[in-house]
Amino acid sequence: MNNKFIVSSSPHIQKSESVAKIMGTVNAALLPAGIIGVYIFGMSSLWLILVSIAVAVATEALIQKGRHQKITISDGSAFMTGLLLAYNLPPRCPLWVAAIGSFFAIAIAKQAFGGLGRNIFNPALAGRAFLLAAWPQHLTAFSRPFAYDSVTSATPLHLLKEGKARDLADMGLGYWDLFVGNRGGSLGEVCILALVLGGLYLLWRGIIRWQIPVSFIATVGVMTWVFGSKEGFFRGDGLFHVLSGGLVLGAIYMATDYVTSPITKKGQIIFGVGCGALTTVIRLWGGYPEGVCYSILIMNSMVPLIDRFVKKRRYGVAQNA
Amino acid sequence: MVRIEEHKHLTENKPIEAARLPALVVLPVLQHLGKPLDILLVKPGDKVKRGQCLATAEKGVFSPIHASISGTIKQIVDQPHPVVGFCRSLIIEGDGQDEPVAGMVPRRPQETDEITPDALRRVIFESGIVGLGGATFPTHIKLTPSKSIDTLIVNGAECEPYLTADDRLMVEKAEEITKGIVLVARVLKPKDVFIAVEDNKPAAVAAMRRFAECFGWEVVVLKTAYPQGGEKQVIKSCLGREVPSGRLPFDIGVVVQNVATIYAIYEAVYFRKPLYERVMTVTGACLAHPKNLLVRIGTRVKDILDQCGPLLKEPRKIVMGGPMMGIAQFSQETPVIKGTSGILVLDEIEERQEEESFCVRCGECVENCPIGINPGMISMAITKDRLDLAEAYGIMDCIECGLCAYVCPGRRNIVQAIKTAKAKIRKKHSKEADIKGASFEK
Repeated sequence: MNNKFIVSSSPHIQKSESVAKIMGTVNAALLPAGIIGVYIFGMSSLWLILVSIAVAVATEALIQKGRHQKITISDGSAFMTGLLLAYNLPPRCPLWVAAIGSFFAIAIAKQAFGGLGRNIFNPALAGRAFLLAAWPQHLTAFSRPFAYDSVTSATPLHLLKEGKARDLADMGLGYWDLFVGNRGGSLGEVCILALVLGGLYLLWRGIIRWQIPVSFIATVGVMTWVFGSKEGFFRGDGLFHVLSGGLVLGAIYMATDYVTSPITKKGQIIFGVGCGALTTVIRLWGGYPEGVCYSILIMNSMVPLIDRFVKKRRYGVAQNA
Repeated sequence: MVRIEEHKHLTENKPIEAARLPALVVLPVLQHLGKPLDILLVKPGDKVKRGQCLATAEKGVFSPIHASISGTIKQIVDQPHPVVGFCRSLIIEGDGQDEPVAGMVPRRPQETDEITPDALRRVIFESGIVGLGGATFPTHIKLTPSKSIDTLIVNGAECEPYLTADDRLMVEKAEEITKGIVLVARVLKPKDVFIAVEDNKPAAVAAMRRFAECFGWEVVVLKTAYPQGGEKQVIKSCLGREVPSGRLPFDIGVVVQNVATIYAIYEAVYFRKPLYERVMTVTGACLAHPKNLLVRIGTRVKDILDQCGPLLKEPRKIVMGGPMMGIAQFSQETPVIKGTSGILVLDEIEERQEEESFCVRCGECVENCPIGINPGMISMAITKDRLDLAEAYGIMDCIECGLCAYVCPGRRNIVQAIKTAKAKIRKKHSKEADIKGASFEK
């Protein structure tokens, strides 16, 4: 036996989970929704995904190299930002728009704050919000499912907002269409089935908790049911609102972002309810048809406050001490 | 609390074996929580016998030490110490006779039955008994509470992975432990006695139950979860009561004693045998023959590992204690002391070392912290040198169980940061107290 041993502080064993493994698992859980997105909207969506990821990863690497930091692209977080940004874009969005969005997400929303763990806002959503402000025409031109052409069509939420349809029947759609993804919308948000399956896998692996997705989605469902109809209370179509837009994608994969969500379970429920309430307010009474992106970003800014006031009960410390 | 990989299968079915008599032992003058012993009763060249008292102190929190083999005092020098780095130690060169000191004979049954609480405390003190769960607080002091005690909890949870010494002790020595509990109960006069064992030790539960029932004691089967055996956790699990922050169990009328300590008390009282040997688990994937060994205090690590080999792999780390709270050793010359509950020889797979990354705020440390503080936030406050914030976040309540660092996907060295910061904070406070005291004297 040699006579040199490692001397370090306890504990001496470690759970095998690591940041890279967690990111990898989330990326894997997201993949089916993307594959189905490409199947629904055609090959142009695949390019969108690839460009978005490539620019995100390259931006992170270049910035870290420029700042003489350790390059951490292998942790999969920049990959995830690129992937999520693409999922939040219309399928035929120009590639240069996606590239700029990806650059903004990594350079401004993440690295400018100090990198992984220090950003206040979800980078992918910040990137999308920036693009929506800069090039609204490219961010709101949605293509039809299975058409593979450049003819644009409105999403169900657009139709509702603009008063062109009152309910699903007017749109010629059923809940099942919304559930499997047979509708216009952002690349990765349409197939609820794939998103939910991926989410259940993450729950089972213990990577996300139920608190944020459930409270977020339930709040939107209940609030749109109560307030969603002009004909009176309790007549809105809550299920329609849950299945449309980016709610499921946002609630499962973006509002649950560790870095930008509260740390305690209680705080996460407050965060989820807040996201849900804001989403409903924007969808029903705001200027935009969809509000998931902004509501998460607004709630991101509340996280430090939530974490400050919502704490776990401490052992041996009286509640109101 | 969380269930973590146990690795107890390596030794849980292996009966306790007596280790080979060491040819040399190293006995540090610090084997208890408190100040090092300063009164040496022997000098180099003296002949000593097994069980002979070697060093003590005059006052304060301390516990005397005894020779664990017979032989000659070779030297009194600084030697590697499992906890504090180096410590003044008495080295005994064995004569191979293992001759016991005069008077180490069993007490007559009548004597043990009639022994008074004060006499018991005296015996426990003179036998050098300390908390063998690892804290090594002198037991005679713990058995002299300033308030009346309503509950005695006998801690056989043994929640640290790998360790099976307490488990084996309960399985093999249930009757003796029971006799020990009777003695402790005679000192404390508690209304209730609980024996806490995790549910991964069914044999120990059955063994303890067989005797406990005769006395109306309850064997509480705890869910296997780390750190179930921590003093604060075991109290909460048995009684639903919490020890207030900054206070001690006796403040709420509870005393917790580890099963190994109880067994040592039994031996001290029934056989007049001071604490010079203990059961420990010697284990890890590097060892061909992991074992539960009855080891003489002062035996060096290398002499113990020789009995559990050959080595299957090159060890990367040697830990004294369990993998969650034990201390990594820099030398194989280090002796085992009273508080050593195990020796782990970890290979590169068991002992994962990776670079620390950023806190991604996953919340696992907060979720799993058994005392409900936010270890991640505390470690970040420490990084920013904001010890005041760390204190406000409850750093001083930390029991250093290691769960936060265990679950951290960012591999952050949270416990290391907390241990260092706690020492700094204590120093700061004692300095402040000194200044206050000084100005008061004027």
